Amino acid sequence: MSIKVRYFASLKESIGRSNDHLEITGLATVADVWRYANPNKALPDNSLAAVNMDYVELNSAVKDGDEVAFFPPVTGG
Amino acid sequence: MHIKICAEAFDPWQEIQVHQHLAKDLAGKFGATSVFIGTMRDFNDGDDVKGMTLEHYPGMTEKQLEKIVAEALQQWPIINALVVHRVGDILPNEPIVLVAVWTSHRGDAFDASRYIMEALKSRAPFWKKERLKSQAERWLVKNTDGYL
Repeated sequence: MSIKVRYFASLKESIGRSNDHLEITGLATVADVWRYANPNKALPDNSLAAVNMDYVELNSAVKDGDEVAFFPPVTGG
Repeated sequence: MHIKICAEAFDPWQEIQVHQHLAKDLAGKFGATSVFIGTMRDFNDGDDVKGMTLEHYPGMTEKQLEKIVAEALQQWPIINALVVHRVGDILPNEPIVLVAVWTSHRGDAFDASRYIMEALKSRAPFWKKERLKSQAERWLVKNTDGYL
């Protein structure tokens, strides 16, 4: 399946890139997506995740064509 | 109802005036307008701040703000609402955010605008990076709960 992964703000800086395009089978959850894309780095504890621009938990399922995003707590306003 | 992300400096008072003027059919219907404007300070955590960059997640920002306004519409009898948020490079004294709510009575206007603002602070995907007078840069870590 095809998954677009996006990273923002301090998390983007710490991993050194803003997105990944994964073509892979066997990824079941958002946490799997992070582990596959970033095998040598644990997701920081306070990170937030979204699938198709809605907030999700890390154990949420992913499917072909999803856009998965990881980012730190938001600080707008 | 209108949600707008601005890459350039905006005048919140002009935004309110234009938005209210365009909604001619609502004239006479509302009796209360609550306005919140967030403005960039030149200090934070004991340091002088000379500028800031506001990053956002295009698409998700609008989606979350629309959801927040929709939640407010379910809870209060809102006649009209306007949310404007800045992105990009910002200087002290420039507006960052505007939330304006028009209702029949003041209680609903105050409560709904507070709800929208607090939800925006915790859920809208924006991130601030400050540039200090010392030339150092730092990401803000977390927004505080406005009800505490």
